[in-house]
Amino acid sequence: MDATKLPAAVVPRVSLPELLGAFAKIGLMSFGGALSGWMHRELVARRQWIEEEDFLSGLALGQIMPGANVANLSLYIGQRLRGGIGAVVALTGMLLPPAVLVVLLAIVYERFAGIAWMHRFIDGVAAAAIGLLVVVGVKATRRIGWRAAPVAVLAAIVLMVGLMHWPMVPVVLVLTPLSVALAWPRGDGDAR
Amino acid sequence: MRDNPLWGLILIFLPLSLLSVGGGPSILAGMQNQVVEVRHWMSEREFIDLFAISRAAPGPGVLLATLVGWKIAGLAGAIVASLALFLPSSLLYYAVARQWNAHRGRRWHTALERGLAPIAAGLILAGSIVIIETGGTRPLLLAIAAVSTAILLWRPKLNPLWLLAAGGVAAVLIG
Repeated sequence: MDATKLPAAVVPRVSLPELLGAFAKIGLMSFGGALSGWMHRELVARRQWIEEEDFLSGLALGQIMPGANVANLSLYIGQRLRGGIGAVVALTGMLLPPAVLVVLLAIVYERFAGIAWMHRFIDGVAAAAIGLLVVVGVKATRRIGWRAAPVAVLAAIVLMVGLMHWPMVPVVLVLTPLSVALAWPRGDGDAR
Repeated sequence: MRDNPLWGLILIFLPLSLLSVGGGPSILAGMQNQVVEVRHWMSEREFIDLFAISRAAPGPGVLLATLVGWKIAGLAGAIVASLALFLPSSLLYYAVARQWNAHRGRRWHTALERGLAPIAAGLILAGSIVIIETGGTRPLLLAIAAVSTAILLWRPKLNPLWLLAAGGVAAVLIG
């Protein structure tokens, strides 16, 4: 049961340099995209700095709101671990090192622009990186369990946004209240 | 003032920052439209080159904004474009995330978190599908994506960098 879920107080204390290092590492390793896959792997699975559901709610929130998903998710996790300064540190670690790198790459690009196999290589890397995303999706799906309501919501999102290419925002705006209502805990009245 | 390229970058990226619901793809499309079609700052070809560079580098794809700024106005342009794109949406998101986390433990919060979990999972899977489609549904790339997924599910501890390199090499050798 979910009642055994640990309280917020068990969020581990992470130092700011550690936080910066972890995000810089993700920023610099994540060739081919799939940043949320890398973040999940590094921060949820390996370091266990943040719980799966917490991570997912930050991700969903970041997708519904304006801004790059990666930036929003970094802010979320940084805030969760070390408050305001943590959010700034996480975002800086995620963006600054790869930003410097990408500009350096642009400076030397002319030399490589004509090499045909480079584009094929990048395509292959990006294709392999998709695996990281799918794994997070599969893990998140498994965690939800085989209860009818959330599975139906999940399937509806995949169908509408993924396969039918309906615009994400209205789909999410309609399905979220539905999903929340279905997840509303039963029992005695809500005092808050 | 009007002709200052830095001012122009702010005028493009600031609104994009706050209108870019849905993240990366919506930002990239809006950027291309503004930079190439509306302002004629660069040709379609030049924009595609910058896009290719941003894909070759690690890190978020939206760093294409940094590159556009760099191309238009050098270092100052790179900094201004990056700040204009990331700052407004980040401030907004941070404010919401803080409120969200401040109410942790409340009943409605738990319900929202639980309700958002299948939404997030669905969006990740839908996003994977969309990325596969935009990357071209060439059988080889589909196969690479499938094999990589299978290996990562089978051996979660394996360093994905090996898989990424293998995917790249396979695409070069077979493609």
